[in-house]
Amino acid sequence: MASNTLVSGKARVRPRRRRLRIPAPALLLAPSFLIVSIFVYVFIAYTIGVSLSKAWRPAKPDFTMSDPWYKNYHSIAISPRFQADIRNTVILTVVFVVGSIVGGFLLAVLVHNALHARGFFRGVFLLPYALSFIVTGVVWRWLFNPVTGVNLLLKYSGVSSAYQHMTGHKLQPGWVTSPTVVGDISGLLNKVLPGSHFIETQLGIPVALLAVALAAGWQLTGFAMAMFLAGLTAIPSEVREAAMMDGAGGRRYYLSVVVPMMKPIAVTTAVILTYVALKMFDLVFAMSGSGVGFATDTPGVYVYETMYKALKPNLASAASIVMLVLVCLIVVPYLARHSKRQGTD
Amino acid sequence: MASTVTTPRRTTTTHAHNGAQHHDPSMAGRRGRRWQLALLIVLVIVFALPFYVMVSAAFKTPLHASVSTLWHLPNPVSLEGIREAWAKLLPNFWTSIVVVVPAVAISCVVGAFNGFLISKYTFRFSNLMFSLMLVGMFIPYQAVLIPIVRFLDLMSLYGTVPGLILVHVVYGIPITTLIFRNYYVSVPKALVEAATVDGAGIVRIFRSIVMPISLPGFVVAGIFQFTNIWNDFLFGVVVIPNPSKQPVTVALYNLAGTQSVNWNVMMAGALIAAVPTVAAYLGLGRYFVQGLTAGAVK
Repeated sequence: MASNTLVSGKARVRPRRRRLRIPAPALLLAPSFLIVSIFVYVFIAYTIGVSLSKAWRPAKPDFTMSDPWYKNYHSIAISPRFQADIRNTVILTVVFVVGSIVGGFLLAVLVHNALHARGFFRGVFLLPYALSFIVTGVVWRWLFNPVTGVNLLLKYSGVSSAYQHMTGHKLQPGWVTSPTVVGDISGLLNKVLPGSHFIETQLGIPVALLAVALAAGWQLTGFAMAMFLAGLTAIPSEVREAAMMDGAGGRRYYLSVVVPMMKPIAVTTAVILTYVALKMFDLVFAMSGSGVGFATDTPGVYVYETMYKALKPNLASAASIVMLVLVCLIVVPYLARHSKRQGTD
Repeated sequence: MASTVTTPRRTTTTHAHNGAQHHDPSMAGRRGRRWQLALLIVLVIVFALPFYVMVSAAFKTPLHASVSTLWHLPNPVSLEGIREAWAKLLPNFWTSIVVVVPAVAISCVVGAFNGFLISKYTFRFSNLMFSLMLVGMFIPYQAVLIPIVRFLDLMSLYGTVPGLILVHVVYGIPITTLIFRNYYVSVPKALVEAATVDGAGIVRIFRSIVMPISLPGFVVAGIFQFTNIWNDFLFGVVVIPNPSKQPVTVALYNLAGTQSVNWNVMMAGALIAAVPTVAAYLGLGRYFVQGLTAGAVK
């Protein structure tokens, strides 16, 4: 009898206890979840509100909508500066991401195949990654200063005089100070697309932007290399042996066996680097600023200067939301695919 | 009997050995290797050039720190630039330290606890909560600057070190949670279950069972957060408007933009701002790599 009540007592207590216990981990996760959610979702909503407002100011946070509601977005869309920013972001992203992925893969293969001092090589290539973009910018600004740095190296190596000999022109690229835009297709676009004359910026590749892409590549190619190196190390040696037996040695082995195996890593790395490129701010800010004719301006720099120098928070917010949308276009499909894959595991 | 067991084993080892010898480079492969090594050395030199410029200029005298002699070795070696830059950056260097240390510690402990909860307990919406938090890793922070300032102002934390710490902690939580979740996946669930049966609560289990085995996770997440926060510029310049209280990256930017400052001082400043993260990287490079591959959503 006594044992009976004990058992039934236990049985009665247990479910209640369990009912109390189930939400415990959720409750403990809740504070982090709430504050992160506020800092991410509520804050983004706030910024969207500012971006739609007529004249929101820190001193007078007035969310009265502008008329029409998309007016701020329209203003930045027709401003030549923001048009240049979008052009620059696209070019910077493509050049920097493709360059870093290809360069990182080649470095990874070279380091992986090295018989000695692998750790040393890996260390040197990865070292720039430890730096702040500000440090990189401050140093590379001098490397790409027209009177010194790279141009001085061109002079020492005799490339400058050879160029002058052959073409009769002096070789002294202005790099970050250059206003040159190569391969302008604006005229062509105007002919093909009659409505495109609202694009006032030159649609070409600014030379100065390539200098920025090079500095960014210097800093992050090592990151791509580390990712690929982890992937290469994980390939079982049997795979290589099997490929050798099938007669796929050397180049063939890399092209038809390794490259396909590295695809998931390449995608992950590309997503991360694209994210870095789309929000690029500190490096440009320290290295070249907006550049001549906004040759190196990016949306990140635009947001900062419009917010704190021009004091137009509604335009700055609109630009920052455009940045957010650009990032989402890349990251959301990636995260969605990732979580789906995890769900099926 | 015993010998029959060992003999095949021995043959398999020799087989494996032969297989390994197959791997050895042939003559052509060896020549290829030599080319690859040469290419590697050239690339190492190219990658090291910016470091060379920074370090050599930092040790030049003001007189020799001319842009026309950028590639020259410092001769004579001088500490003048370092001394001047250090005097200018010292207050900001200090701000960076008092921001980074608590921000890294708090975001790592919180991330460890979250990662433990998510990886060891199954509860409704845990995956959704985790995914929603992860998004915080990928937003361009430009899109939250205005509300950050408003929020901190409301809490009277605007312009203060605690305010900057708070911002770094909150935006660090997603990545630290991810790193620790991935780390704890390899910790057997039975450990937690056994402790639960013994009547230990979640916090107790975390503190006395999980924490003691989390040191590698803390090193990985810690070094990742340390470099991220030390290298930050945007939050520092936005949250703390007072130049004498801003972090060292912002001060370096201001220093480099000053016309009257000599070039050797700028490079010395860059060197000073770079030393902590580079030192951490050189000392704990292995964990550094783990951190950045862990940062890639696996």
